Amino acid sequence: MNEARLYIRLLETSIRSQLQYRASFLTGVAGQFLVTAMEMIGILALFHRFGTLQGWTLGQVALFYGTISVAFAIGDALGTGFDRMAALVRGGDFDRILLRPRTSVVQILGQELALRRIGRLAQGLIVLGAAVWILEPAWGPAEIALLVLTVAGGAALFLGLFVVQGALTFWTTESLEAVNAFSYGGVTAGQYPITIYEDWFRRFFTFVVPLACVSYLPLTLVLGVEDVLGLPAWMRASAPLAGPAFLAAALGFWSLGVRHYQSTGS
Amino acid sequence: MRPATAWAVVSLRFREVLQYRAAAWAGVFTQVIFGFIILMSLRAFAASGTADSPLSPEQLTAYVWLGQCLFTLMPWNADRSVVAMVRTGSVAYELVRPVDTYALWYCRTLGWRTSMVCTRALPLLVLVGVVFPLAGLDGWALPAPASAGALACFLVALAVGVLLATALGMLMHVTILWTLDPEGVTRLAPAFVMLLSGMIIPLPLFPDAVQPLLAALPFRGLIDVPLRLYGGHIPVAAALGPIALSAAWTAALIVLGRWMMARGLRQIVIQGG
Repeated sequence: MNEARLYIRLLETSIRSQLQYRASFLTGVAGQFLVTAMEMIGILALFHRFGTLQGWTLGQVALFYGTISVAFAIGDALGTGFDRMAALVRGGDFDRILLRPRTSVVQILGQELALRRIGRLAQGLIVLGAAVWILEPAWGPAEIALLVLTVAGGAALFLGLFVVQGALTFWTTESLEAVNAFSYGGVTAGQYPITIYEDWFRRFFTFVVPLACVSYLPLTLVLGVEDVLGLPAWMRASAPLAGPAFLAAALGFWSLGVRHYQSTGS
Repeated sequence: MRPATAWAVVSLRFREVLQYRAAAWAGVFTQVIFGFIILMSLRAFAASGTADSPLSPEQLTAYVWLGQCLFTLMPWNADRSVVAMVRTGSVAYELVRPVDTYALWYCRTLGWRTSMVCTRALPLLVLVGVVFPLAGLDGWALPAPASAGALACFLVALAVGVLLATALGMLMHVTILWTLDPEGVTRLAPAFVMLLSGMIIPLPLFPDAVQPLLAALPFRGLIDVPLRLYGGHIPVAAALGPIALSAAWTAALIVLGRWMMARGLRQIVIQGG
């Protein structure tokens, strides 16, 4: 069995086991949906009061919100296993993963596909739909392809952040919740065009954690608006590739961590 | 329950949670980043909007930072020790103790809640109130309270808010007597609490039409009332009404929780084995 087929097998098992607890699954989905829906109500209230966000309209912000939310839901659902690394490392259970003749990444990825993220995914898709409905854009295949690429790049970026968080436990043996500030903070910051933030913040979320590359830069092209940062179109169109690049770097960091891993024994 | 017993329970649980300091520091860092995101986006809205903001820049800044300080006050999660008691059946020991079970659990929840708030709030308060001004980040620092009276009212309202949060959290604990599992409530309730308490956006920024509804609900007593008193958005002269309403809600929720607990304990099955 090759790695891809093994991964799919593991996911099937994970999905089946989650569906055993029907009520837990349904409340999980509903909870994810509600939490994000409340955020959107907050944004609606702000637009109701102030009318505009530095010239950006509700429809445009809805596109930013929906894109990042869908990307995060996918990345988060795939990366749940990395969230559990602390328990594996502390208990010495990571030894068993190393003993099996398969790569550790596939085994950790396959631990769980968090189905309750469907709630967040659905909410993000609804907001994306609302954005299209409000904006009535004249998109061609190029814009739609770029939007899909942006979501995929965003999902890769968030998955990469979870991989980094998991890899850090090889050194700390406890879960570094501080990384949440970049993953959950990133999805929150990405709900708005990144130009509304202060320079230091924008630079961090462009060059260290390339959030702007999977949000603001490509989406200005999709929306057909002027980019105040003045980057040429080809750079903005290829910016989402920063997501997979970040994921690749995160996986490199992961293998460094695996080499550093010392079993706690017991 | 005698006051000495109540104090012992509160302080014991308080000190237990204080042991987990690393988690608290990570929480502080996350809260600072979120505070910046929320503050920057709200300022961007207020600066660009066509309408005047109901909150002055200072009031807005104070609302966001103090809101982040009090993030763990939100009654959105269940105390794991209570959950574990019901699941393992050791709840039986609770019932044979010669103290009122509701009061005992209320005190435990209060101790747990206040220590969570303290471990997050105090470092964050020092950071935004002392370190930021010293580092030259005056524009981002926590502004001083509107007046000494405003500070006093804030502290009183906050004390009521803590009792209210505990009473709301107790409702969550009591439902576990039926469901044996906190996941249902703790996944659905937080969304509403976050929105209606002012944690997602400050309540004064909601449309004027819904303000009377928000004012009547219990959730604004958690953080909105204290934070508006701090910044002077609710003047000291008008402080009594909202604080009294929060206190009344607290009393009502305690009565409700007691009644639910009595019913829950009548039918509870002690898990064992």
